[in-house]
Amino acid sequence: MSDMACDKCGTTEAVVNLTQIINNEMSTHRLCEKCAAEKGLESNPEASNLPLTDFLAQMGTDTVSDTSPEGIQCSFCGLTFSDFSKTGRLGCPECYETYASHLQKLLRQVHGGTQHVGKVYLPPDPTASEVERRLGGLRRKLDRAVESEDFERAAELRDEIRSLEPA
Amino acid sequence: MNEFASMPDYGLSWLEASGDHPDIVLSTRVRLARNLQGHAFGPRARVNDREAILRLFKGSSGKSDILSGGTLLEMPAVALRTRRILLERRVVTRDLLGDEETGPEQGTAVHLSGLDPVSVMVNEEDHLRVQSLVSGLRIEQAWRMVDRLDEELGRELPFAYHNEFGFLTSCPTNVGSGLRASVFIHLPGLVLTKEIGKVLQGLGQVGLTFRGLYGEGSEVIGNFFQISNQTTLGKTEEDLVDHLDKVARQVIQYELQARQVLLRDALGVTEDKVWKAYGLLRYARSLSFEELMNLLSGVRLGLSLKLLPGLRVYTLNKMMIFTQPAHLEEAAGRDLPSSESDAHRATYVRRILAAEGEVSADDSASGEAELSDQA
Repeated sequence: MSDMACDKCGTTEAVVNLTQIINNEMSTHRLCEKCAAEKGLESNPEASNLPLTDFLAQMGTDTVSDTSPEGIQCSFCGLTFSDFSKTGRLGCPECYETYASHLQKLLRQVHGGTQHVGKVYLPPDPTASEVERRLGGLRRKLDRAVESEDFERAAELRDEIRSLEPA
Repeated sequence: MNEFASMPDYGLSWLEASGDHPDIVLSTRVRLARNLQGHAFGPRARVNDREAILRLFKGSSGKSDILSGGTLLEMPAVALRTRRILLERRVVTRDLLGDEETGPEQGTAVHLSGLDPVSVMVNEEDHLRVQSLVSGLRIEQAWRMVDRLDEELGRELPFAYHNEFGFLTSCPTNVGSGLRASVFIHLPGLVLTKEIGKVLQGLGQVGLTFRGLYGEGSEVIGNFFQISNQTTLGKTEEDLVDHLDKVARQVIQYELQARQVLLRDALGVTEDKVWKAYGLLRYARSLSFEELMNLLSGVRLGLSLKLLPGLRVYTLNKMMIFTQPAHLEEAAGRDLPSSESDAHRATYVRRILAAEGEVSADDSASGEAELSDQA
């Protein structure tokens, strides 16, 4: 590969082998670093991840927002927003209430949304509405199990739903 | 070693080379992060928080069918070398080992099930990390096991849960499902054909991420990558698990295609690389761990391509684990400085290859796909 010229520009030495498989058809191109970069092939693919702490630091200095979180402190664990910005870790469950509006912004950035749609937790002594939410989650899972013809799982879920439904 | 005698499968069933594509996917891990109401998260938890959490956990594990026959190891009571061995077996994280000088924090523990390859770390970054570690590509199965254990624990413990944000975690990147699923995958074909950058970049575009051997922040050695979901909120656990499974299978297809390219365009070079790696492992007198991992990568590729008949994936998996520093020290019965460690490592590798990995270096096998005896 060392004395091979780039397939695209034909002048610089090719250092990247680009093999593309499109509709089961494979083609191979030898490219120099510059042409490879133009095709979007980075030699450092890690660079695209924005670290959480950078994002948090940016958020703390957000001058447009008049609800700067800097001064807020969690009443349960004492965590300040600048503690959070430094470590990227919240202090306790209560912090999620304390910083709810700022977290929503962050969660949208990190996860693309703020609403949990997975497992619905049923606490040890559930209220009626907690049972109802749990049932909703289980019914969604049941639909999915039936759809994918996982009948063993569907039977398990049906049993669980029955055990929770008011008699 | 008392602690190991009581460990269900010595924390090593994930080495057994079962499940789908065991030569390419070493293991699958699924973990759920859970926290209890009314206590600060790991990094801000005080000693009395941690002790209360361990106490509550013990109460719930006693009522769990999955955990009750297992083993609870309270980290401060575990000998230093054993703790390092637990880390090398990936049963615990570095976090749980605590500071090198002062040792593990009060209240840190790991409970291994005697029934399933599942365990719970207590007082890590989150109060509980419920995890399953299995051999090969088995994401769905690993998820099911973790899910069952989580249900058992959730019936007894007051998890911190929010109607909008889901299960609350110390780090907002884990909130929601608290689920992180990862596969530990060997991709030498993509590295050698220089296609890997594109694949890794592609992972980012579909909401997945990759890491090195020991998780976050660790470097890639021996062409092993950990691929896992990047986001935890806004998708159901089943969707997260399905998605990783689909993408992992796609990556395996790319890897297999890259290996075909190697066989077609560079058979001689590939064979030479594989045999040189085998020869060095079989006869070297000193090997650093990184050197070993790189050679094992070549041999593992050779095994997959059926260039090294008679070698088993399980043998290679064992070599990765038992040649780590604490394991070598355990076998030697004493601490080893790194120069001695390298010699002990080479000796272990020679012995295990002589015992269960002797390959006939018959020229006639060259370039032909001989069937290897894969367990």
